[in-house]
Amino acid sequence: MSDFLNSTWSWFIAITTVVSLIACLVLLFGAMRRKPMADDNSTGHVFDENLTELNNPMPMWWMVLFALTVVFALIYVYAFPALGSAAGSLGWSSRGEHDADKAKASAEMAKVYAAYAAQPAEALSKDPAAMAIGQRLFINNCATCHGSDARGSKGFPDLTDRDWLHGGAPAKIEETITLGRTGSMPPMAMAVGTAQDVHNVAHYVLSLSGSPYDSIAAAAGKSKFTACAACHGVDGKGNQALGAPNLTDKVWLHGWGEEAIADIVNHGKTNVMPAQSGRLLPEQIHLLATYVWGLSQPRELAAK
Amino acid sequence: MKHPIIPIVAAEVPAANAIPLYISETKIQPRAVRGWFATWRWTLVWFTQLLFYGLPWLTWNGRPAVLLDLTSRRFYIFEMVLHPQDVIYLAALLIISAFGLFLFTAVAGRLWCGFACPQTVYTEIFMWVERRFEGDRQARIKLDAAPWSAAKLAKKTGKQAVWLAIGLWTGFTFVAYFTPARTLGAEALGLALGPWETFWILFYGFATYGNAGYMREQVCKYMCPYARFQSAMFDRDTLIISYDAVRGEPRGSRPRGVDPASVGKGDCINCTLCVQVCPTGIDIRKGLQYECIGCAACIDACNEVMDKMRYPRGLIRYATQNALANRWSTATMWKRVFRPRVLVYSAVLLAIVAAFIASLALRAPFKADVVRDRGALARMVQDGRIENVYKVQLMNATERPLRLRIGVEGLPDATLDSAGEVELGPTEARWVPLAVQVPPQAARALGAGAHSMRFRIAEAATTTGATAAPFELREKSTFVVPR
Repeated sequence: MSDFLNSTWSWFIAITTVVSLIACLVLLFGAMRRKPMADDNSTGHVFDENLTELNNPMPMWWMVLFALTVVFALIYVYAFPALGSAAGSLGWSSRGEHDADKAKASAEMAKVYAAYAAQPAEALSKDPAAMAIGQRLFINNCATCHGSDARGSKGFPDLTDRDWLHGGAPAKIEETITLGRTGSMPPMAMAVGTAQDVHNVAHYVLSLSGSPYDSIAAAAGKSKFTACAACHGVDGKGNQALGAPNLTDKVWLHGWGEEAIADIVNHGKTNVMPAQSGRLLPEQIHLLATYVWGLSQPRELAAK
Repeated sequence: MKHPIIPIVAAEVPAANAIPLYISETKIQPRAVRGWFATWRWTLVWFTQLLFYGLPWLTWNGRPAVLLDLTSRRFYIFEMVLHPQDVIYLAALLIISAFGLFLFTAVAGRLWCGFACPQTVYTEIFMWVERRFEGDRQARIKLDAAPWSAAKLAKKTGKQAVWLAIGLWTGFTFVAYFTPARTLGAEALGLALGPWETFWILFYGFATYGNAGYMREQVCKYMCPYARFQSAMFDRDTLIISYDAVRGEPRGSRPRGVDPASVGKGDCINCTLCVQVCPTGIDIRKGLQYECIGCAACIDACNEVMDKMRYPRGLIRYATQNALANRWSTATMWKRVFRPRVLVYSAVLLAIVAAFIASLALRAPFKADVVRDRGALARMVQDGRIENVYKVQLMNATERPLRLRIGVEGLPDATLDSAGEVELGPTEARWVPLAVQVPPQAARALGAGAHSMRFRIAEAATTTGATAAPFELREKSTFVVPR
């Protein structure tokens, strides 16, 4: 794709390049014509009373090499995209080279992962070499959001606990990593009612998880919870098929407390985990998912 | 005052004197020479080439002693494992080379060119091969002028074959610094060399063959920049190869055994041997010229003649311009050679070399780098503790296993979430994620914001042994307390 807005520039570059290269050859061969030399090995001219100019000839091999470089340059500008917008006879592009390098690297990486691709997660998580690869994959790809120790932070789930929004089996984790997830809770303020209703529902939710709460507000909010039960379940235990969190546990991904809960009820929340399928090979995702699954298992492995 | 304008005078030059701007250089056929300097030159040829051709074959700890592993970015030099972070040592080596160059050039001119430069060394080797097949200077000139015959073909072919073999062996040795020599040898024998290995062996081999076989003095005369800036490094007390014109002129032949002064002649008998042995084809009797590479072949040749004539040696000798102009004795000349400039260069060089060696000897057996998490700056965990997460990169710079212990300094009551002990295999590099926690009261005392702290990474006492003090590295980082 050309960077030029106007084809005139392309012609300008092409013509200037080729003319300059040919001009080099013209200059070179033009200077080969015989030059007169005085008896004292100088050009014969005298400047400023006694300054003379020597006339030592250049070596022929230098001239031949120069001519060869011009020939090389002409071949080069024909083969590669050097003349303005011309694509060059070899069809080379930096994007094409990048794609070729990437394909080659993927093919070589696939060999490394091939041995692990068939093994199930339970067995693989006991292989220290495989888990070392998994850890490196995690640090390079996942740690920016989930933290180097995988404990997450506000808005980014803790992967080392047993609390899973979409399911914690190895296959489910693989699915999450491959396809990504979009957790969307719509703003429920309309469905719940007034600001006082939202306040009450927030306290009811707090009561579900054993946190300190206002019992009067919670009792008033219980009936309003039916709007939430559609996704979060009547008992508030969540729904892994929808990615609706369990409200009865102690994990508060988006902040703890009445204000945080009311904020989510009022404004909703869309939390996105980007799909990794375009960036990582399926074999890599298998190792990565095994590593992540292993983080939440009781530690039977020897320390590294 | 008005400056007079001098008109440019046009030249009246006969057309018969015309020459082209480019000419083919005539081949120089230097004559073989023997003597003190020639012995030194050959000693250095043996020394440099034994080193160059021999090093890739030495082993150390089951691996090549010298291996520049580009793919894994580690340079193995005997006991040392050098990482890209150690490139400062390369810079120091280059600075040492530069000061060394300034020093010995200020003392005695182009010692590098004439005695140690690979161009000179390989040209010497190739010229020796040429002499073995085609004979000395006179024989070679005759052979080149003679028509082609079976004998000439045999000699030329033999010489070319040996030259090509030396070129290829040199190319192979060069690549053997980057791929282990025995592996490379096995690949070569099985015709299974990688594409880049093949390219570099052929390229370097061709360069050796071309430069030493054919280009020779053309490199020194036209390509090498050192020839051009040597004049900036010389002064009037630099030892240069000089023809003592006061002693030698007027030159000319005279009967043997006759005192030259009595026949009105200087010591130079105009045998032109000094011109015949010169590899760059100059006449040193015209004075030092930029083509002269300081090989001192002319000194050896002239001394041999002086011995035969029973004159004292040294008609062409190493002398300074001041010494020749003022007719100083050798002792006075040498006193002036060790002038302030030389002493300063020596002192600076000594200091840098000492610092370099000391720094290498005292290197830590591991490297550490701390990168703190930015996506998850800080978090509150159970009991209100504040936690920050870091990645510590640890690189084992030795070839034995290393046990390292990580601790935190500069943060009151800080603890690590794990034991903080890491075991690294030989030359292993690893990222270790760890979390630092601070209890709530301490966090309140610190206040919100970023606070600098240090990680202390030390070799555990068990791996160093009882006597040596364990190496410690401290890496700075910050601990963030959220508002």
